Amino acid sequence: MPHRTEDLELRLLLEAIFHRYHYDFRGYSLASLKRRVRQALEKFDCQSISQLQDRVLHDAKILPALLGVLTVQVSELFRDPPYFKAIRERVVPHLRTYPSLRVWVAGCSAGEELYSLAILFREEGLEERTIFYATDINPEALRRAQEGVYSLDRLQLFSENHRQSGGRRSLSEYYTAAYGHARFDPSLRARTVFSDHSLVTDEVFAEMQLISCRNVLIYFDRELQNRAIGLFHDSLARRGFLGLGAKESLRFSDHAGAFEEFDRLEKIYLKRGDR
Amino acid sequence: MNALPASLVVMGGSAGSLDALSVILPSLPDDFPLPVLIVVHLPPARESLLAEVLQRKCGLRVREAEDKDELCPGVVLVAPPDYHLLVEADARVSFCSDEPQLYSRPSIDVLFESAAEAFGPGVIGLLLSGANSDGARGLQAIVQRGGTALVQAPVDAHCPTMPRAALERCEQARAVPLSEIAQQLQELAHGR
Repeated sequence: MPHRTEDLELRLLLEAIFHRYHYDFRGYSLASLKRRVRQALEKFDCQSISQLQDRVLHDAKILPALLGVLTVQVSELFRDPPYFKAIRERVVPHLRTYPSLRVWVAGCSAGEELYSLAILFREEGLEERTIFYATDINPEALRRAQEGVYSLDRLQLFSENHRQSGGRRSLSEYYTAAYGHARFDPSLRARTVFSDHSLVTDEVFAEMQLISCRNVLIYFDRELQNRAIGLFHDSLARRGFLGLGAKESLRFSDHAGAFEEFDRLEKIYLKRGDR
Repeated sequence: MNALPASLVVMGGSAGSLDALSVILPSLPDDFPLPVLIVVHLPPARESLLAEVLQRKCGLRVREAEDKDELCPGVVLVAPPDYHLLVEADARVSFCSDEPQLYSRPSIDVLFESAAEAFGPGVIGLLLSGANSDGARGLQAIVQRGGTALVQAPVDAHCPTMPRAALERCEQARAVPLSEIAQQLQELAHGR
């Protein structure tokens, strides 16, 4: 029964990482996590998950690289342009009515979603009144998000996405290109607080008018999804907006009844005002 | 190896596979006893009509999979574009947005490997017409965990690259003429 042993080793690895470093992957969906752990075995040249566990327990230096394998997402600026178009055309008019705004990009990875929203808010004239919170559990991802540097060969896609999302200017106005990289204008993140925050173990830290958390919940099992959505609910102001990934929904959440579907297709929800 | 009853059918294909699915799915009875999961390579446009197109042709229920959907007998779940579709051991599906495999997301290998991992000998894998080698590694994983591997006979396939690659890589895989695939699935589903 080799795979049963491997399942046991996987659980032990997750326990080890949690107890030693307080990163909690125990509620992640196992199928994709297993794939990533296998990639980690290759990367760290380990023959078994137990061997990887031994390494990570005794050598904290490999933790950042391991977190990289277990969590890093490759996203795009304005991934799913219709989502950002819906934010621009349907959510922004509501946001305009507030004198000050807080926006949380939960699980910001290397910052693609953050810069997308920062550009959108600048174009819509909301930037000055907004504080963005960009959080992730992976310090290396946060560092990259703070840099805002992307490979130039991705920019054609990003520009096309931006255009389709209803962008009001050329995306090239927001970055400078050099040495094969595009560096996004640092002023875009001048109003952003970057922070280490876990949807698994951490709590509410501010009251938000908009939370965007895309393609993060798919990695969680239902119980953990429920926790995260509860956290979003508690973090949102009344009539605050929650945007999820194209294939995510609230349907398994205890909190589904506390939200209305604001844009069914784009998975944008509105926290009800009455609870 | 135990003669466990089959518990799940996973199908994959790319170019030409819609024709094959249009023959296979309508030939399965409405009370087909196993859940069916399908990955077809599609452009990453967000909305796909694949599930609707297939639904119109057959009596089984066909719809696009949603995150954490439960596997149900006789229900066909189709992978949405731009996400990998995986099977969890608790008989639900999950998605991931990891790198494309062999330029494909959804990837047939990812679905097949996760099914093998979760359901071992209960998995029937079926690889159809297609233009690259995705699915070959996944079929091999299914066989390694005691499952059954079927491949659309390359002579029947609009695009035989994918079936051929699988037959080369996975020698236990059986090439089945398109017209007999539904019958084979039925027999396997009702105990071998």
